[in-house]
Formats: sequence, C-alpha cells, structure tokens
Amino acid sequence: MTAEVRTLAALEFKGRMITVTVLRVLEPTLSVLARDLDRRLAEAPELLRGLPTLLDLDAVSASLDSLDICGLVRLLLERGITPIGVRSPSAQMSALAKKGGLLAITSDGTDVIRRFAESKVQMTAAPVTPAKSPALLITHPVRSGQQVYAPEGDLIITSSVSAGAEILADGHVHVYGPLRGRVMAGLRGDTSARIFALHLDPELVAIAGNYRISEYIEDRERGDNMQVYLHGESLKIEKIKS
Amino acid sequence: MGKTTTSASFATGLAQAGHRTAVVDFDVGLRNLDLIMGVERRVVYDFVNVIHGDASLKQALIKDKRVDGLYILPASQTRDKDALSHEGVGRVLSELAAEFDYVICDSPAGIERGALMAAYFADEAIVVTNPEVSSVRDSDRILGILASKTQRAERGDSPMPGRLLLTRYAPARVIKGEMLSVDDVLEILAIDMLGVIPESLSVLNASNAGLPVILDDDSDAGQAYQDAVARFLGDERPHRFMSVPKKGLLERLLGG
Repeated sequence: MTAEVRTLAALEFKGRMITVTVLRVLEPTLSVLARDLDRRLAEAPELLRGLPTLLDLDAVSASLDSLDICGLVRLLLERGITPIGVRSPSAQMSALAKKGGLLAITSDGTDVIRRFAESKVQMTAAPVTPAKSPALLITHPVRSGQQVYAPEGDLIITSSVSAGAEILADGHVHVYGPLRGRVMAGLRGDTSARIFALHLDPELVAIAGNYRISEYIEDRERGDNMQVYLHGESLKIEKIKS
Repeated sequence: MGKTTTSASFATGLAQAGHRTAVVDFDVGLRNLDLIMGVERRVVYDFVNVIHGDASLKQALIKDKRVDGLYILPASQTRDKDALSHEGVGRVLSELAAEFDYVICDSPAGIERGALMAAYFADEAIVVTNPEVSSVRDSDRILGILASKTQRAERGDSPMPGRLLLTRYAPARVIKGEMLSVDDVLEILAIDMLGVIPESLSVLNASNAGLPVILDDDSDAGQAYQDAVARFLGDERPHRFMSVPKKGLLERLLGG
C-alpha cells in the first residue's frame, strides 16, 4: 500500500510552457555553418548557451541529402547550443531527425497557446457578463398598487409586501417579511411552484391558476413561517416544518 | 388628514430654526395653506401665475409677518390641477431651491397630478398618516409612487428618504382598539418615524385662527411639531404623546 503510494508520488505531470529558439538552417554545408555560427557567437557568446533549440530545415529541404545531421548536432553541442528536435518536419526530415537523435516536433505549441488563451478569455470575460440568475431579487418594500413579476424564475423579496400589492413569478415566491398582498406562483402553469413567507397574511394566493381569496383563508393558515403548495388541485397552506 | 397643517407648522418650525424656508401649496383649486398660515388676505399672485409667467416669483411669494425667513407661495383657486405643467413646476422649484434652504411642497390628497407634481422633484418626503387602515393604505400607495415615479427614481438615484408623521393620534382610542397603534402603522409601512402628533383641539383652533399650531407653545400638538422639526434637523428627541396621560386625583374624582 505504502509502496504504491510512493510509486505514484514519484511522478508528477505538469504542463509548462518553455521558450525555445528556432535555428533556421539556410545552408547544408557544415563548414559554412560552423564559420557563420562562430562569427555570430563571437558577437554574443552567451546568447544561445544552454537554450533548447529547434532546427528549421525548410530552407534546405531541397538539399537534405547533403546535410550531415550528426555533424550538425555535434557542431551545435560543441558551441553550447542544445538541439532538441526538428520543427514541422517532412517525412524525410523526420528520418533525418531520428538519425541525429533529435525529436520530430510536429506541434509547435501554438494550438496549446490558443487553447490556453481561449480559456483565459473565458476567465477574464466572466466578471464582465456574469451569468444572470433567472431569479428576481427585490430588496425594497413592495407597496400598495405596485406589481412585481419574475418571468421564467423565482421571486425573492427580502422586505415586506403590502396589502394592495401584487407579486407574481413563473417559479417559486419567497418573501422574507410580511406578505399581505396578492401572490401568484407558477404563473405559467408550474404546479410544483411554492410560496414561502416569513409572515403570511395575504389577500389572495394562487399557484398555477389555482387560487384562494382571503375570505377562504382561515386564521390558522395565516401566521409566521408559512408555505403554500399545490396538492392535486387544492391549495395547501401550512407551517414550514423545521 | 393633516398635510396642510403639517406643512404650515413644519415650514414655520424650520424658519424659526433660522433656515430660509418657502412653503408651496400644490392643492390647486382648493387653496388651504394661505388660510392656515393666516395670509389669505394678502394673496395677489399665485403658483399658477408664476408657472405661466404672469408674475415673478418675487411678486407671488408672501412674506410671513410672524417668523423671519418664511415665505408662502399660495395655490390658485380658479384653475385646476392641469395648470401644473411638468416644466413649469420644475422651473419654479429650482428657482426656489436657489434662494431658500428648504422648500416645503404641500401635496394635496390622492395620487392625482397635484400630488405627483409635489412629489416629483422632492429630495425627501414626509408622509402624513392618520392611524386608520384606509389612511395607512393610501400612504403605502404614495410611498410606492415616491419609490418609482419621482425624478430621483427615474434617474436611478438612491431611493427618496421617506419618514412618517402620524397625526391625530389618540392613545386612549388605541387602547380601546378603535385606532391603529404606532407599532401597527410602522409595521405596515416599514419606514422611519419622524413623530407622532396627538389628536388635539388646539390644531382646529389654530387653523381657524390662521396660526400654525407649532407657534402654540402650550399645546401638545404644537410641542409635538416642535419635536418633529428638531428631529428632522438632526436632533434626537424622545417620542412623546404616545401613551394615555395619567390623570390627576381631582380629575379622576370628577370623572374628567
């Protein structure tokens, strides 16, 4: 058991982006390449030291036969440059890379960058247009003569609903305060919609078109912590059991 | 219900505290404010004249003779409320706002044009209510309008601060269950309370005499208005006149 855990912990995969230098080979002749490279390195000896380098052989694709890949690798290593592969190789170049002990790198990572960039765009774009909750939140009192409708979602009111006010929702209705007005949940036929109120003393309650007016709401159906739901075709008004 | 009585007393109280104050009667067609302020015989031009440009604000404003810095802009008795154009009211009020510390708009009852115009340009509302179910219901409706149909609401500014002034309060009738209690009213309206004005004969007497009741230092209603104005200006004062006053021995013996 312990051994297994240790085996797993001995390896770890991590995605990392590293910078590589691309060395475009424009001339197949080693001596010419060596001379040119030496001159470049004389100008900036530390510039390429230890840098992972990809070879781009596109410019010499016509004269690949005369390119001594093993000699080129040796030449680069001697000068502190670390060739790791051949970039976007053709079939012939891949064979050459294999011969020189190099990798044939088909992906240059730009698609990774693109994927990464896209996910970043999503992340940075997120706060600008946050996913809108279908619920409607009202934090001020709903007064007599006012109407509040939450289409396609729940209605949440953290204040009072006065007598003479009307609150409607396609979903559930939650009132964290006294509910004294008219209330309709499941306005477009959702029979599972419910009404919850911290204090229920309504003029009318309705769920999915089934309604009860104040006259038919009994005293025991009024009070604190009440909920209204549809049972078959009859409205049930009862205390929320905790 | 006490709106004009309140406007008169409030304006007077603010002026007494040293603030230049104008009180504007929006009850076009009925004209009560000038009566209660005792200036009805000095009315030459009115609010509608100023809106129409027939008179300047200076010509129409009546200076109160009792309190310095208090001016009254009376309503017209011969026009109807349609004379209150949106632009005209806005222009007159901004002219007043430039010259006065406080402009009190005395709103008529109901939710018709006069009331809507009185409320539209306001920065703050004092809702006058009687402790009766219908009056409280109407106030709730008005609070809804203040929250949705005023310049502040249309501009998307913070909601207009509204405070409650409960008038004609009779604690003895509350105990008998004939009247809503302060707590009942506050629970229904869910706003802050500025004050409670007790039901008092002195209010009627003062109105008939053309004297804002706040100037009657001996009356409970006058003192209650003084408290309310002080609270409005930021003073903290305990609420009074909310319970039945204890009767003295003699009063009890006499059954008074």
